[in-house]
Amino acid sequence: MSVNYDKYEAVIGLEVHAQLLTQSKLFCGDSAAFVNEPNTHISPITMAHPGTLPKLNDKAIEYAIKLGLACNCEIEKINYFARKNYFYPDLPKGYQVSQHTTPICKGGYVTIKTENGEKKVQLNRIHMEEDAGKSIHDQDEHYTYVDLNRAGVPLCEIVTEPDLSSGDEAYAYLTELRRLVRWIEVCDGNMEEGSMRCDANVSIRLKGETRLGTKVEVKNLNSIRNVKRAIDHEIKRMIEEVENGGTIIQQTRSFDANNGTTFALRTKEEANDYRYFADPDLTPFHISDEWLKQIQSTIPELYESKVKRYTTELQLTEYDAKVIADERETADYFDALVQQTKNYKAAANWMIGPVKSYLNENNTSITELSLTPSSLAEIIALIDKGKINFSVASSKLFPALIKQPDVTASALATQLNLVQTSDSNEVASWVEEVLNKMPDKVAEYRKGKKGLIGLFVGEVKKLSKGKADPKLTNDLLLEKLNA
Amino acid sequence: MEVTDKLVDNLAHLARLQFNDQEKAEIKKDLQKMIAFVDKLNELDTSNVSPLLHMSDNVNMLRKDEVKGSVERNEALSNAPEKTDKYFKVPKVINNPQ
Repeated sequence: MSVNYDKYEAVIGLEVHAQLLTQSKLFCGDSAAFVNEPNTHISPITMAHPGTLPKLNDKAIEYAIKLGLACNCEIEKINYFARKNYFYPDLPKGYQVSQHTTPICKGGYVTIKTENGEKKVQLNRIHMEEDAGKSIHDQDEHYTYVDLNRAGVPLCEIVTEPDLSSGDEAYAYLTELRRLVRWIEVCDGNMEEGSMRCDANVSIRLKGETRLGTKVEVKNLNSIRNVKRAIDHEIKRMIEEVENGGTIIQQTRSFDANNGTTFALRTKEEANDYRYFADPDLTPFHISDEWLKQIQSTIPELYESKVKRYTTELQLTEYDAKVIADERETADYFDALVQQTKNYKAAANWMIGPVKSYLNENNTSITELSLTPSSLAEIIALIDKGKINFSVASSKLFPALIKQPDVTASALATQLNLVQTSDSNEVASWVEEVLNKMPDKVAEYRKGKKGLIGLFVGEVKKLSKGKADPKLTNDLLLEKLNA
Repeated sequence: MEVTDKLVDNLAHLARLQFNDQEKAEIKKDLQKMIAFVDKLNELDTSNVSPLLHMSDNVNMLRKDEVKGSVERNEALSNAPEKTDKYFKVPKVINNPQ
């Protein structure tokens, strides 16, 4: 059987739940931190005891707006929460408090780059809602156990338009979104621990068709890679189903990461009736221009802008710019570094080379690095002045400075005897010694094997432990050899 | 709007309530009266009136993001009809745990 996959195109929309990095829950003071011990972050409000009143966390609003502004959304000024009514044991009130019908952020986009170029993935909205608790079904034959630690933790739901067309685009979108939420510090973006969760709505249609096909929702996607795998599998499954004369039924499916396939969880019979209405226990909240401006001022320069600035103003290659900007802390360090040196290329090479290797080898992060940007700038200046060469600087001076961050780079270079000498008597004596050691090679050179100059330079370098000024070495060698 | 058996059944299901036939007949009658009362309001033209979502004029009753007010687990579980030393227990809600 041969299936013509190219006749079809996929239409994908993603719903991402991001847990906001507040200290406390959305409507009460229980800690929002993840904790293993069940039912330790709960209060009468979380448990929905009669007579309790919820009160909205101002930080959650700020984080939601911060995310919306960073995604170029329009921010709604007049807001309220609604109740979404349904029964489930891990939902103590019998309703979830959500902005599902009146989102705080509307529209907007996230820019992604794939092999096909740049694309602005259109967002439908970002809204706030509370998380549910956790049901545990496998502990007891007759009972479900309920842990309410997570109930009431603030979430942002980020919903795209059906604007993606492949697993690769979904991968790129989630990578950018995760970078963004971490960058602006509103969510830790950890998909494995569930602080960022993704559901994918996938449908297919014949190319040229404008109507949307029947969609399937895929859940249980606990990594960005698995989102891509699940979507790729689902597109293939749906095309094969249709090509074999079948029809797609609207259903919810779960991804099995072990074999890369999906299986049906439930088929949607009729739409649920959630009976949304404004929550009378919570007052509306209005966003003033002043508040909006203050939140705007907390947004740091974003990844995209940094990459653009590095490639244009600093003339770095796009590859270098992206490696440096990949994590905000590294980019911030680099920004401080280029305040103190004009040799941007060298600064980038240090970040990508010795600094990155050191951090990897020592399993540490740039925020832990004892070496300050100004010390690193001083090393770069020493190299530029010919006082020390790069390989000695990176292998000896750099690690030594990390151990003694209070000493200046030039003082330490002198102390460790690393400064290159341009004393011609000293260099001349090294040159003499090397040439005396290898009369055969000298003879060969003189017979015309000029390439041997590299060998002599290398030997002088070795003998001087890197201290011989390379240019002077070269000049003196040529002088002796051609005499 | 007519209140049918189907509507009553659906509302009962959404509220997780169960009624016998006699109760259902009475509820049907009550609901019909309530809807007739609300229908009366529909005679007014409210197209230029925005819906009243909240009874008070208060806005922005917000709290600072501070951790406080949690209770001890023993205390939290003490009102639950069924529990372990760590969890609330409810009748099993799914048949095939994965």
